[in-house]
Amino acid sequence: MPPPRTRGTALRQRLAELRGPDVPAKALDARALAALAANPGCARRAILDGAGVNKAALASALGSPSAFGQSQFALTRGNAFEAKVKADGGAELLRLVHDRLDRSAEPPVGARVPDLTATGPRGRTARTELELREAAAHPGVWTLLDHPMLALDVAGSPAFLEPDAVVVHPDGSWTVVEIKSFPLLDGSADPAKVGAAARQAAVYVLALEELAARLGAEPEGDAGAEGAEGTSVSAPRVRHRILLVCPRDFSNQPAASAVDIRKQRAVTARQLARLTRIEDIADALPEGTCFSPELPAEALAEAVESVPATYAPECLSACELAFHCRSRSREAGAVTSLGRPVRAELGGLTTVEDVLAAARGEAGDPDDPAVAALRRAAALRAEALEAACR
Amino acid sequence: MTTVFDPSAAAAQATDAILHDTLHGTARGVVVDSPPGAGKSTLVVRAALELAEAGHPLMVVAQTNAQVDDLVLRLAEKNPELPVGRLHSSDSDPYDKALDGLENVRTSAKAADLAGLAVVISTAAKWAHVKVDEPWRHAIVDEAYQMRSDALLAVAGLFERALFVGDPGQLDPFAVVGSEQWAGLAYDPSASAVTTLLAHNPDLPQHRLPVSWRLPASAAPLVSDAFYPYTPFRSGTGPGDRTLAFGVPSDGSGPDRVIDEAAESGWGLLELPARHTPRTDPEAVGAVAVVVRRLLDRAGAATSERSSAPSPLTADRIAVGTAHRDQAAAVRAALAVLGVTDVVVDTANRLQGREYDVTVVLHPLSGRPDATAFHLETGRLCVLASRHRHACIVVCRAGVTDLLDDYPSTEPVQLGTVVKFPDGWEANHAVLAHLAKHRVRWRPQSGRKAARRRRPDEHRVA
Amino acid sequence: MSLISTLARLEAVSTGRAQPSATVRHRHLGDRPLVFVPLTTAGEAGAPLGALVGTDRDAPRLLVVPQPRDRDLRFAFLAELADVVLPYVDSYAETVEAAERTETDPETGKRVKVEVELCADAPQLIVPSRAGIDLVRLLGRSMRFRRTAEQDPEAPYPAPPRVPLLGRWLTHFGERARVPGSSLLLAMTDVLGRHWVTGQSTLEDQHLGALLAWIDPPEGTTGAEAALRAELERDAQGQLTCPPAGPATDPAFDNKLLAPAIERYDRARTALAAAEDGLEADDRLGALTAAEREIRALVLSRTRPTWDAVWRGLDLLRELPEGARVEERWTRDRWSFTGHRDRVLAGEPPQPRRDDAVTAANKLATREREQARLEAQEALDDPLVMAGRRLSGEAFAGEVTDVAMAYSEGKRPSPRPLITVRTDDRPHLGERTKVYRSLGGKPQSAEFVAAEEDGAVVVLRVLDKMGRGKEPEPGSVPEKGDRVCFTLFEHEQRGGAKLPDPEETPWTHGGPPGEATLEAADPVTEEDVL
Repeated sequence: MPPPRTRGTALRQRLAELRGPDVPAKALDARALAALAANPGCARRAILDGAGVNKAALASALGSPSAFGQSQFALTRGNAFEAKVKADGGAELLRLVHDRLDRSAEPPVGARVPDLTATGPRGRTARTELELREAAAHPGVWTLLDHPMLALDVAGSPAFLEPDAVVVHPDGSWTVVEIKSFPLLDGSADPAKVGAAARQAAVYVLALEELAARLGAEPEGDAGAEGAEGTSVSAPRVRHRILLVCPRDFSNQPAASAVDIRKQRAVTARQLARLTRIEDIADALPEGTCFSPELPAEALAEAVESVPATYAPECLSACELAFHCRSRSREAGAVTSLGRPVRAELGGLTTVEDVLAAARGEAGDPDDPAVAALRRAAALRAEALEAACR
Repeated sequence: MTTVFDPSAAAAQATDAILHDTLHGTARGVVVDSPPGAGKSTLVVRAALELAEAGHPLMVVAQTNAQVDDLVLRLAEKNPELPVGRLHSSDSDPYDKALDGLENVRTSAKAADLAGLAVVISTAAKWAHVKVDEPWRHAIVDEAYQMRSDALLAVAGLFERALFVGDPGQLDPFAVVGSEQWAGLAYDPSASAVTTLLAHNPDLPQHRLPVSWRLPASAAPLVSDAFYPYTPFRSGTGPGDRTLAFGVPSDGSGPDRVIDEAAESGWGLLELPARHTPRTDPEAVGAVAVVVRRLLDRAGAATSERSSAPSPLTADRIAVGTAHRDQAAAVRAALAVLGVTDVVVDTANRLQGREYDVTVVLHPLSGRPDATAFHLETGRLCVLASRHRHACIVVCRAGVTDLLDDYPSTEPVQLGTVVKFPDGWEANHAVLAHLAKHRVRWRPQSGRKAARRRRPDEHRVA
Repeated sequence: MSLISTLARLEAVSTGRAQPSATVRHRHLGDRPLVFVPLTTAGEAGAPLGALVGTDRDAPRLLVVPQPRDRDLRFAFLAELADVVLPYVDSYAETVEAAERTETDPETGKRVKVEVELCADAPQLIVPSRAGIDLVRLLGRSMRFRRTAEQDPEAPYPAPPRVPLLGRWLTHFGERARVPGSSLLLAMTDVLGRHWVTGQSTLEDQHLGALLAWIDPPEGTTGAEAALRAELERDAQGQLTCPPAGPATDPAFDNKLLAPAIERYDRARTALAAAEDGLEADDRLGALTAAEREIRALVLSRTRPTWDAVWRGLDLLRELPEGARVEERWTRDRWSFTGHRDRVLAGEPPQPRRDDAVTAANKLATREREQARLEAQEALDDPLVMAGRRLSGEAFAGEVTDVAMAYSEGKRPSPRPLITVRTDDRPHLGERTKVYRSLGGKPQSAEFVAAEEDGAVVVLRVLDKMGRGKEPEPGSVPEKGDRVCFTLFEHEQRGGAKLPDPEETPWTHGGPPGEATLEAADPVTEEDVL
């Protein structure tokens, strides 16, 4: 369990108010955390995620429902594949970990696969922690934790995370395992999907590192380890190469690849540290702001508008609120709604009308290179279109 | 155990080991990583001379014609007797005319004309067209990290063994079309030559030059930490070995204050108010120009280990670096308005391998609405931040830290590729954090007017 | 993104209609393209669900896999696909013309001209979107290593006879599509996106329905409204009225319509298998046929709108005149097609899983060269593209204000006239920068001599294409008052250096790959999905 934090209590209260009375916080799963990387500059997204607002429900209440859905075919196939990979006490999965990450270790025979069932996320987290301590006390053997639960402190509240598996190596180090159903074809896989998996795994690694540091800091007795010299157990090492397991080619046989997640880990750590700024965002909100989906659409729209968003088309594939933000962005004539790169050469001009007026020579300082370039571009374009008509 | 770090001894030891492996080793290749200003050219020239002296015919592969000509001149300077061949293309003006004045340098567009010479030097592109019956015993491949794997494939059949030298921190080679389909293959044609070489020959001896003779003590730790985290290097000089002083005192303006800060600490950040601007931000461009003007007007003198007397900070000892060509052109124009025409202004790509006393850099992210992969490329910032012997002054708009934090980090990941470190995003953060300690905030009067106001003659008064 | 196309995008927002980003068509469109609109099953690597395919817009062939997990049904689909695609491809393989190709003589090592066949035309595949191209590659990969019963009598689950061959052809189309400017396999969204810019982002342009809505909105609506409808509008059953162009289907379609239909099909099949007598079997066969018909109707309902959209896109593109140099690039496609035809005829094995070092380097070099060629040719063919190059300082246009005769030094002085051009453009000219203009379709080069009046006046020295005499041939030197356009980029691409043969791969790249072995087929297991 993460230690309670007094600093966070007031903020937690504030965030609960933002969510609305009796609206439970939506768990920030690793996928949501990793998606923070998609638009880290968006204050709207930060506060909604930080407060645990169900953005999908909010989007529907606003009249711009999100379009995310999963086909049951994909779901069935994904589950079947994961079950296959973990069958037989995880023998195949452990073999892959050994083969791809730790060949010098003893081959995994008779690995421990502790039962992690417990009630509620807190119970499961405690259970996972207990088993990791247990594994630290029994070096030299392989341990497979199937769907462990980890807690990560996010802006003062714990987020509960559920990796597909965590493996404890005989040397005591830990590896995160991600099982995905996209194929590994002739050794390579869809880079966008691998990237997403790497970002997700990076969050698990950070959570495990918090836990490992705690285990390492504990005196020997507490850790339950039979440390030879009565010193504290050194913090277990969390490996920065995770194992990605996917179906091989066109089969449902597992294939695995080690993925170095150091970059993703560094970025996620920094973004998580920055999430504390949701306190500032919350403080800047008008009194009584609330995002409860029970509220009428106009009130909700007003509440949502009170936090600035930085909409870009990439949001469409990452955020439930994207359609709402897109229509607002379009209404405002923001050039960014046409893509981030569009802004690059426009300098201080940010709306469609301002840019067009500057290009037409109706507005703008002709000494501003952006304005001058726009006029030149408009003239060249007109000349070329005219030439083509002739 | 602590010993006093002796840069000369460390560098000499590294060089000896490299030359030993090159001349007497059994491996087919030797790889040398050379951080900025660590004496790469000196090493290449020395290795070439020693191989030639040992009677081994040698071919040298460099990446650009300028690099080739520079090497020929250096070789001739060290040993005017050495017969050197300069193989060149059949375009007009294929090589530096200065080569024509060298007695023992023969130039030709045909390799056959140069047969039998001790050393033959050309670009990778030209070598790729050469056919030989008998491969050279030895080769030196210079700037090997900037060479693409497919370019090495085209020339590797020409030699039996080779010394590969380069700076892993500079700009990577690139392809103008997608090459994802080969990502993860050891011989990915768009990868760097060294990446492919080491993927296929992991046991080759790898060395690195441990001392930068260019970067001052104020710069080496930052550049090493930010850009070479796993292969650190030191500066050859200590704190106080180099000083930069100005005869004309500060007029209290932002440019003068940042010049003094940089003279004192080796770094200066002239921070303009946050604003989104086009690439050729007139205020930032004007600020760069004014800083250069003031550097020249204030009668700077650089003292270093090279000579006992201070040498004047003249225009040829100053350079301006930008990310884009149009920015360089805008800076040149702004400098011309101020009466400065002989200071080098160029992009990072073209400043690679060059060295100055003071550099003035227009930060690649200054005024941008967002960061892009191009602007975050580690090598670009590394080149810009490592060209100077005394001081580096960065001109930038406020707000770049937020820009970096807001950067969407959703890069795709190719399985099987080696993750390149450091990450540009992290390196940029590291450099900015350091520069923040040397910040001078300045609100120029609108760029052009400020530039116009400061006519060169006005400064002479001070 | 160039400022010119940014401006066009903003104008599209403001006017509610897509704006041209080309004034001519920069891709070849054949008279009889084969349109292929495939759908796949979510979660399975390249498991087809169905497709519409054909060359007749009014009579597409509908292919359906009623149970995508059933290997036999998938094979039946692929065999049917081969029956459509291969005769189409073959129909182009027979008509040939004589052509010359430069080859290295194996005995002398010299480059010699040899007479070869070149197919007079080539097949052309059109898919709706980029994801469709990826699927063509994936299907190619999944089929080309399969073994037929004829090739290997022992093969478990042998593939139908022509399936491996279809795999090889689809692989070839997929690889060719990576070459810039090629047109053997095109994605409609890419081609439309090349010629028009819309008032939405390029990401949103990947939606064929929305893209077409901007280019050609229905009467009385703006592009923005029509695009929004195409993207999001759902009917009473919660189904998108404009289904995604695939190959992925909408999850709501999978869950609400397809899954129950497949379940009914499975039940009907189980029931048929359990039938105890002929009469019962007849009844149950009827039920099975009905269940299959239902799935076919579902697949048709999701593919037909896309099919029609692709053809509408073709109509729109055909309204643009073809660029002057498109034909030249199509000839390269014909060479590519002919080359693969010959490899198949010669009995060469299928394309390997991964390229060897030399092949990879050669492909990269070719594609970089073709990219440069495409950029140059598009600019020369299209003033709107050239405008972008002028804006970026890579070209300039203007009026010749003075011509002064001058000659080269040396024994035989040749004409080197100096021409003065007044221009509003600001090209990046440096000392002796070479510039080129098109003279009767051939590049004429000049070099930069001086700039005056702050760059508004440029003096150039013309260097070639003036004939062999002392006086330039008539028309070879621009005259006072002529409009000229010079580029800083070259118009024609030089061939790169010849790489070693694969068996000569040097030690730096792993050495020779060794004896070419026949790639093993993918192992088939009981649960194999494809």
